[in-house]
Amino acid sequence: MNPIVELVDDSFIFIMAISAVLLIGVTAAMIYFVFRYSEKNNPKPDQSITGSTTLEILWTVIPLILVLAMFFYGYAGFKEMRNVPPDAMVVKVTGKMWFWHFEYDNKRTSDTLLYLPEGKNVKFLLESADVNHSFYVPAFRVKEDCVPGRTNYMWFNATKAGTYDIECAEYCGMNHSYMLGKVIIVPEKEFLEWVSKVEKTDTVKTADSLKSINIKTDSLKTTQVKTDTTKAPVKKDSVKTTPKDSLDRVKKPK
Amino acid sequence: MANGSLANEVSYLEYQGKHKGIAGWLLTVDHKRIGLMYLMAIMVFFFVAMTLGVLMRLEMLSPGQTIMKPQTYNSVFTLHGVIMVFLFIIPAIPAVFGNFILPIQLGAKDVAFPRLNLFTWYLYMTGATLAIVSLFTGGGAADTGWTFYVPYSIRSAQNVTMTTLAAFILGFSTIVTGLNFIVTIHRLRAPGMTWFRMPLFAWGLYATSWIQVLATPVIGITLVLIMLERFLGIGVFDPALGGDPILYQHLFWIYSHPAVYIMILPAMGIVSEILPTFARKDIFGYKQIAISSLGIALIGYLVWGHHMFVSGMSDTSRIIFSLLTFLVAIPTGVKIFNWVATLYKGSIKFSAPLYYVLAFIFIFSIGGLTGLVLGALATDIHVTDTYFVVAHFHYVMFGGMGLMFFATMHYWFPKMFGKMYNEKVAVIACTVIVIGFNMLYFPFFILGYMGMPRRYYDYLPQFQGWHVLSTVGSWILVGGIVFMFGNLLYALLKGPKASMNPWGGTTLEWKVPSPPPLENFDEIPIVTGGPYVHDKSTYIMHPSREKIHTNGGAKSAKEEAAL
Repeated sequence: MNPIVELVDDSFIFIMAISAVLLIGVTAAMIYFVFRYSEKNNPKPDQSITGSTTLEILWTVIPLILVLAMFFYGYAGFKEMRNVPPDAMVVKVTGKMWFWHFEYDNKRTSDTLLYLPEGKNVKFLLESADVNHSFYVPAFRVKEDCVPGRTNYMWFNATKAGTYDIECAEYCGMNHSYMLGKVIIVPEKEFLEWVSKVEKTDTVKTADSLKSINIKTDSLKTTQVKTDTTKAPVKKDSVKTTPKDSLDRVKKPK
Repeated sequence: MANGSLANEVSYLEYQGKHKGIAGWLLTVDHKRIGLMYLMAIMVFFFVAMTLGVLMRLEMLSPGQTIMKPQTYNSVFTLHGVIMVFLFIIPAIPAVFGNFILPIQLGAKDVAFPRLNLFTWYLYMTGATLAIVSLFTGGGAADTGWTFYVPYSIRSAQNVTMTTLAAFILGFSTIVTGLNFIVTIHRLRAPGMTWFRMPLFAWGLYATSWIQVLATPVIGITLVLIMLERFLGIGVFDPALGGDPILYQHLFWIYSHPAVYIMILPAMGIVSEILPTFARKDIFGYKQIAISSLGIALIGYLVWGHHMFVSGMSDTSRIIFSLLTFLVAIPTGVKIFNWVATLYKGSIKFSAPLYYVLAFIFIFSIGGLTGLVLGALATDIHVTDTYFVVAHFHYVMFGGMGLMFFATMHYWFPKMFGKMYNEKVAVIACTVIVIGFNMLYFPFFILGYMGMPRRYYDYLPQFQGWHVLSTVGSWILVGGIVFMFGNLLYALLKGPKASMNPWGGTTLEWKVPSPPPLENFDEIPIVTGGPYVHDKSTYIMHPSREKIHTNGGAKSAKEEAAL
């Protein structure tokens, strides 16, 4: 199981459980009082009740302990999110109006579709070519902004083979809602084959061959959809290959 | 004095002073008339922004294009946000009800600076006009969202400066109103009204006013920095000039987060007015509620960073901001517990305003508690910038401030206009509003956790079911709101006359006629006890008539006030 997903979901359930108890308690007490002490049932109000130091202390201290526990849960999950395992492979993510551009260690690049090897830890270096974007993969419970002029980072474990949505979560203009993508996690062997495939392979062919990979679904995904339903501007040549050692490789503009 | 009593023979609505007709309103320095002028302007903006909201929901009914294009949708949510936040939520309660009720509650004839008060209305109208104009000039309506994040806002709209200028002018309107209220509260309380005999609405406004005075100038600084950047090319925010876009977010939220408390604190104050009136007993924990307002105002300054947990701010900052954010939950919780405890062993008169307040406590609790999910770092990183956040702030802003605005209208309506509305219709309208509200906004929590980002024109097919439910909810909600306003409008025209104190309220506004006379009081009253004492009167309304009785009392009361 993916540690980050587990930590986020656990903190969410923890906070929600306490909140539900508090909400039901407050609402039930309120409704009960309104009926029990209605004009009819209680014609004479008790004017002597104006406060209680004991109660004030109780409902200051108990919530304080509860929220500190919530803070700690959130902190623990956050620590995991920021603690990138040293063995993580690195993918550079660049947000551009309005698509995602990925660059692997060996300079292999790809647009919109992010291929990752199953079971590997992946660190993402997040940059923007124009305005603020936010790289969001809901199935892995992580997002981080892509801000021009700086490099942010995040990581997750590509736990299980499958296809997962990528969304831009920071408003970036007209086609913000079409700035989508897919994380495609494949077995490591297939990934290595793909990532090292350069030069000799026709780009369109590469894309086609990858689409034929049988993608399994799994319980991790809350928002799984078929690849073809995405409205992201996936171009026919969306998976570009850049020759690894090519001397005339155009440097990306800063 | 003779003049004063003459003016006090008729209500502020009928009084004919130096100016007649429309000029009698536009040039008035009467706090009650200024309050009503604010009410009229604010209602217009509320209905415009609400219509835009309904259009957004309609567009979200199905994926792809439903009724408008993406560019239009982006402008619509920007306009909805800008108008709601700057023209309705921030000024509504202080400017309308603060102006109308605060001086009467304090036993004063007007605010401390009546002319300045009128000036704020003109500032508000100027700022509002400028904001509207800026959205339609310079290459079309702005499409940046109400947060105007750079660098997008610099690239896209040509009139960021104008919009910020509008916010600056609107800001001045609230700064001056805040200053006016602070001085009024310090200087114009009736003899005997010590700080802890002051109504809790006044406490809420007092805390709000300090935030207005201290936080609003930051938006002014931001404006100056944008000017320097645009006209002198000094890189402040634009990374192309060596600036930092994150700095803009800091400055924006240093103002806009405390602004959230400007929105909610006055509403909380009114909850504390309505509950003791209908429970027919003193409020539970008066001092704790009063002090917690100041607590919220103080801690509220220090939590702006929680809007930026994924912006790339340092990890240490995120942890500190998360911790502080949780602390602000404590005084809020204290208020809610004290409100519920106020009902205990009361003798509850079930009326329309109370019904709205009960709805508020339920809905605002949901809003507050889901805020904890956003305060915790791990969960916030998942749900920030999604519909979860949209749900959260609609629960606290609309469910909190909005519902209390409705509650307040029903509570003070007979006082302001001297007319009574149909309470049954008001209760039915409130029920429809609560159903529609939850149907509209609760699905947002689920959508958010599923990963539906906010400000999306189009969405993935798995989200559609919840969007349809939500859109249907928006129709019910709007139906309820229109029904509610229709009821009040009908009462305004044909409602029966309201008595001086239809609810059995204990604060000073219920001791003067409905509607109040021009100068509120024939004589400044003397206060001898707390604001919510039900079994005996704590006010001497005509100290001179009861001379023998109160001579000594007045002295001691004055001494007390001096303390």
